[in-house]
Amino acid sequence: MPSTTFWGYRRANGSVGTRNHVLILPVDDLSNAAAETLSHMIQGTMAIPHPYGRLQFGEDLDLTFRTLIGAGANPNVAAVVVLCIEPKWGKLVADGIAKTGKTVASFAIEDAGDIGTIAAAAKALREFVLDASELKREWLPVSDAIFSVKCGESDTTSGLASNPAVGSAVEWLVEQGATVIFGETSEITGAEHIVAARFQTEEGKAKYLRMHQSYQDLIIQSGADLLGSQPTQGNIKGGLSTIEEKALGNIQKIGNLTIVDAIEPAVAPSGKGLYFMDSSSAAAEMVTLCAAAGSMFHFFTTGQGNIIGNPIIPVLKTTANPKTAKIMSDHIDVDLSGMLTRELTLKSAGEKLLDMMTRIAGGRMSCSEALGHKEFVLTKLYRSA
Amino acid sequence: MAHGFLAHHAQDDVGVATRDLHAGEVVEGVYMDTEQVISLTLATDVPLGHKVALKDLPANSECREYNEIIGRITADIAKGELVHVHNIKSIRWA
Repeated sequence: MPSTTFWGYRRANGSVGTRNHVLILPVDDLSNAAAETLSHMIQGTMAIPHPYGRLQFGEDLDLTFRTLIGAGANPNVAAVVVLCIEPKWGKLVADGIAKTGKTVASFAIEDAGDIGTIAAAAKALREFVLDASELKREWLPVSDAIFSVKCGESDTTSGLASNPAVGSAVEWLVEQGATVIFGETSEITGAEHIVAARFQTEEGKAKYLRMHQSYQDLIIQSGADLLGSQPTQGNIKGGLSTIEEKALGNIQKIGNLTIVDAIEPAVAPSGKGLYFMDSSSAAAEMVTLCAAAGSMFHFFTTGQGNIIGNPIIPVLKTTANPKTAKIMSDHIDVDLSGMLTRELTLKSAGEKLLDMMTRIAGGRMSCSEALGHKEFVLTKLYRSA
Repeated sequence: MAHGFLAHHAQDDVGVATRDLHAGEVVEGVYMDTEQVISLTLATDVPLGHKVALKDLPANSECREYNEIIGRITADIAKGELVHVHNIKSIRWA
């Protein structure tokens, strides 16, 4: 039987996490240099640089703010220093994070230049790290946790084995009362009728179909032939022939579950159960959005060997492709290739994933963490001003 | 020898090779929903993870996997042949 508890951190607002990061969060590209300098100066902190945050507007700016606030508010984070070129947006992000009850401080670089800002922020970070280092793990119920799932560099072994295994694990987690996020709007093209039929309410279904259609319209408007990139060259090399086949394999990750609601990108689910989040199918963008929505742990299946990680949430990587399990073994936390030979049953495979989740959630590093994968990628909706 | 391919559903037109399969090889496969075992002779090589036709599939017909439509056949395919981007195409975004 999988463990119904894990060894994690309980935060002030009641949320539960698997890591205890002290984050240095730049609001804009200009603040990356100071953020990275600080991360070298004060041990036990982590900077998450990114290339955006200037002259964005409208829905695109809202999503950037939501993603940055969500990253800081994530239950795997103990405290945050926000850096921004000017005080207003920095304060907006810091105030958003502070609602969770976390310790947050915000610094504007135009008030003091890089060196003055670094001096002031380093003092705050020193204090945050000392406090965070004393926080203790405790046994917490998985029913209080938020998880997320995604597949990448998929092949037919994903739909045949590793995705159904994640589906089996996700069914169990939802049965315990946990929350799980899935998404990848474009990659469900060809299986949207199955996903739509799973929504618990007509409202949720209508919302999902609007998100799906909006993506289809974008493709048609752009005039691009998406078949050049979906399936990807890696997918095709692995035996996937069409987007429909890829989509039908993709949705095996949700098992036989019904879906509570469809949510906007980087928005936290409002309750327990399975949620669809409108999101890119690009691995780093999707996992970044999941972290911003409050996921504390990510299950990632791969066919040909996607190597993604995330700075905030551990990414458990699994494959059922025996060649990938061998060639890319450095990156694989759980080898499910026994499913192809049918030596490993679906149920046992799901339990293997849950067992490794409990270990990694409790402090074991994921392969992606050990190898330094910290892909923090903001989803950009359109051009900046 | 153990099975060489798996099919999701008894109605499926294709199975997925679970190891590298070679032309001329007689290989067994399993329908995962019914546990029924079938046998066929490979007409072409079918690498691990690639699809083999479980029946003759005429051009312009729809192809089923997961008991769902995964695309349209673009050239006649004989039972035992590789099914991939050279003879099947997405119906979406076309």
